[in-house]
Amino acid sequence: MNYHSPSSFEEASAIAAGASGTTRFLAGGTDVLVQLRADIVTPDDLIDIKHIPGVKEISRTEDGGWRIGVAVAGAEMTECADLCADWPGVVEGMDLIGSTQVQGRATLVGNLCNGSPAADSVPGMIAAGCTVTVTGPEGSREVAVEDIPTGPGRTVLAKGELITGVTIPARGEHGGDAYLRFIPRTEMDIAVVGCAVNLRLDGDTITEARVSLGAVAPKALLVEEAANAIIGTTLDDAALDALAAAASAACNPIDDKRGTIEFRTHVAGVLAKRAAKIAYARAKGESA
Amino acid sequence: MALDGQKTAYKYIGTTPNRPDGLDKVTGRARYGADISVPGMLHGAVVRSPHAHAKIVKIDATKALAMEGVKAVITRADFPEGLEGEDWDLQENCMAGEKALYDGHAVAAVAATTPLLARDAAKLIEVTYEILPHVTDVDEAMKDGAPVIREGAADFSVPEGMHPNVVRYFDSGRGDLDKGFAEADLIIERSFTTEAAHQGYIEPHACLGQMGADGRGELWVCTQGHWFMRRMSTAVLGIETTNIRVTPSEIGGGFGGKTTIFIEPLSLALSRKAGGKPVKMVMSRNEVLRATGPTASASMDVKMGMTKDGRITAAHGTFRMQGGAFAGAPVDVTTMLAFANYDIEHVHHIGYDVITNRPRQAAYRAPGAPMAAFATESVIDELCRELGLDPIDTRLKNAAKEGTRATFGPKYGPIGFVETLEAAKAHPNYSEPLGPNQGRGVASGYWMNWGGETSASVAISEDGSVTVSVGTPDIGGSRASMALMAAEAFGIPYENVRVNISDTGALGVNEPTHGSRATYASGLATIRAAEECIGKMCKRAADKWGIDAEAVVWEDGCAKPSGPNAGEFPPMTIAEIAGEMGGTGGPISGHYEDSPAGFSGSFGTHVVDVEVDPDTGRTTILRYLVVQDAGKAIHPAYVEGQFQGGAAQGIGWALNEEYVYGEDGRLQNPVFLDYRVPVASDLPMIDTVIVEVPNPGHPYGVRGVGETGITPPLPAVANAVRDATGKRICKLPLRPSRVLAAIQGKEV
Repeated sequence: MNYHSPSSFEEASAIAAGASGTTRFLAGGTDVLVQLRADIVTPDDLIDIKHIPGVKEISRTEDGGWRIGVAVAGAEMTECADLCADWPGVVEGMDLIGSTQVQGRATLVGNLCNGSPAADSVPGMIAAGCTVTVTGPEGSREVAVEDIPTGPGRTVLAKGELITGVTIPARGEHGGDAYLRFIPRTEMDIAVVGCAVNLRLDGDTITEARVSLGAVAPKALLVEEAANAIIGTTLDDAALDALAAAASAACNPIDDKRGTIEFRTHVAGVLAKRAAKIAYARAKGESA
Repeated sequence: MALDGQKTAYKYIGTTPNRPDGLDKVTGRARYGADISVPGMLHGAVVRSPHAHAKIVKIDATKALAMEGVKAVITRADFPEGLEGEDWDLQENCMAGEKALYDGHAVAAVAATTPLLARDAAKLIEVTYEILPHVTDVDEAMKDGAPVIREGAADFSVPEGMHPNVVRYFDSGRGDLDKGFAEADLIIERSFTTEAAHQGYIEPHACLGQMGADGRGELWVCTQGHWFMRRMSTAVLGIETTNIRVTPSEIGGGFGGKTTIFIEPLSLALSRKAGGKPVKMVMSRNEVLRATGPTASASMDVKMGMTKDGRITAAHGTFRMQGGAFAGAPVDVTTMLAFANYDIEHVHHIGYDVITNRPRQAAYRAPGAPMAAFATESVIDELCRELGLDPIDTRLKNAAKEGTRATFGPKYGPIGFVETLEAAKAHPNYSEPLGPNQGRGVASGYWMNWGGETSASVAISEDGSVTVSVGTPDIGGSRASMALMAAEAFGIPYENVRVNISDTGALGVNEPTHGSRATYASGLATIRAAEECIGKMCKRAADKWGIDAEAVVWEDGCAKPSGPNAGEFPPMTIAEIAGEMGGTGGPISGHYEDSPAGFSGSFGTHVVDVEVDPDTGRTTILRYLVVQDAGKAIHPAYVEGQFQGGAAQGIGWALNEEYVYGEDGRLQNPVFLDYRVPVASDLPMIDTVIVEVPNPGHPYGVRGVGETGITPPLPAVANAVRDATGKRICKLPLRPSRVLAAIQGKEV
């Protein structure tokens, strides 16, 4: 195994483009190193991107959004008060991953690129409308988060391509987001179902919404029908029921040791309702 | 001088000093199994079967042995032939012979100069398998046409015509069941299942073995019992027992699972083959879950009758349990204890021990008892509900007491079941109001405890401090308990006692720390050995004073004349006697050995409140109360810790822990992420009440407390979920998907 520590993304991309065999980018290492130790993936080339300047920074974009570096750990996001105030759903999705120790290492981009349909940070990013910058031999492009994963353990990234940063849009007025996951325990578990809701209000009425589900399909889903079920409503009971039905209808899960098809499909609706209520309360400026 | 009879007033017993091993453990200085390293050691790795059931056609280690740094490869061919019975089972389980019997079964092992090299070499050992049909479920394994795990594995007890996978049969009872059921106003019969649960100890198995050219060896190992380790390891290797000295490390949990052997004989065999170099072996968590013993899984039918006023008139139970590919599922204990809490005239138990393609079960905290309690205490709960009776009052009405003839035969001596029920009823948790979707469950349990072979020594140091040497590894604070008992016996401060866990070369045979026996049996031996020291010290003082030894008493750490008639002499402290012992007759020590038979069981009653999310089926434990009879709590804080630990493990077994097998017979969840032991945030602070009904078979009244605590939680939680949801679920675990399906009215 060859270990590389490039000083720029272009260099990282060039190493990956020139490598034969299995390549992994290393940031927090909370998936890559675990998979290495467990004989799941033994890379031929391990490209450590932690030492590229700026990768550990959280910064504001010109339009009031956020830029999260690829090696920013979950704990750093949780400790950024302004980010938490703007995007509590995005932050809480990241914060649910792993233990306190893992939070000191794990990253948003790592969670996304690991390609797990159950990744906790991904529905929150999708609901928020986040994009990532993909850098490769052909240059850089912006890609919506929902377009990155293509199936379990797989992403759209081509050989030599890597993600070089996450952009979270400006929060704007009267918006709120939330992420909930279902696990049998209270901590240290993998989502059986995950759901993020992001919405904006005009008075009491929802004018914009994005709903994303995790762990109920081969990849995290952006569910337009679920968003449409609450846009134009005040999140009354009928809207909530329609939301739940749309969320459940979008599910295409598997039966496995973590949950059944039936259970996941039902609970997706339950979580969609609960997450929507929290996002709605946050949008109204109420504590939730 | 003697401490005959039972003490009732104590100076040190019942206090809660810090444990002597505490500082080492919190600072990381304590040496656990994997912390042992010696110069020149090799590292071992095991090749394990990926198949649930397969014939081993060929093992080719050519590529592995060609690697630089690989020093030895062993297979079953490196073990002696001709073993029988338990020894053969142990050997077959440590290293597969003709067939791999479960996913994770060891088929070869390799030793190399580094851990990574050993792991890479293990991957290069090529094993050719011929896959055979498999079965992992107990009920399936008993059916006609089920794959036969091994012909001829059944013993004499199994009736004609049963499937060869049924290897032991138990049938016991008394009275007239028909008469008993005829007296009942209500009869309820239910079928139950429980899944296999792993002990889940934090420390994986680890050892360092070395075999010298002279055929003698050493083994440093994490174990609950190093004499068991010595006997079993030498038996499977065909070595004389005394030729191996076994030294136990500190132990990060065992719960029964470290009372047998897995990798240890492999390290010795690898060392022998590698020219005597020491070989270290450390299991991964994956190996622990796939290849070491969880407890058995169970399928059970229980039928009980009750009168309108709550008297149990008859009970019948059929218990089918699988404990992996070898005989040994603890169904004998299950049948023994199924109804042991109650005074029942007409009772009958039937048990089947069934083999399947799963890892060989190992003891797990009160082996066999929690499953039985789940079935029995669930049926009692149903009877109480149907008849409108209070669950604690009903248990009080039927409770076994001193003089009751137990459902498994003998008459109970002094026991504390009634006291636990009364204390549970009086506890504020039992009257706490419940909200929507909340429910309360009550259940009781029992463990009979154990004495076992025990050998201990006590030696007086030159300054009057005391060394206690016991052979039971300290797994739950027993060094603190031994030190307290020695301090009490001698009348010297706790800090003046040091307790060592001796190796197999220093004491007679000791059974492991199992069966809730260490504080009882090693404690008894410690007290008796201390008494022998005290007798000798009284004699030294008597000789100095020129009076009869009988005229000297021992009080508060001093020898004193027994009264005015004995003469006027100033008391001699233990330090004074010790300081001059070299000139008054030499070193002073005491020793005691026995298989003490005065052990006595511990009863417990648990009360749990849960809230069940009606939309997801997820159960939250709101409050949990453990009431249990300790006989006498030597160190009450550690007794409470045992109560809480048993409850926590039982809650895990009840709610989310389970072995999940795929269609291919492979274990699907050999990782703590998916084998869901409760995490700290899952549980409330577990309330405890220590009941003390002294055991007359111990000088201070000790009963074992380690095991009873895991017996009531399975039914207590299920009864609470029933109370919260209105649904009786007879299958464990009560995972959210199962509870939600029940709430939705589906078959579960």
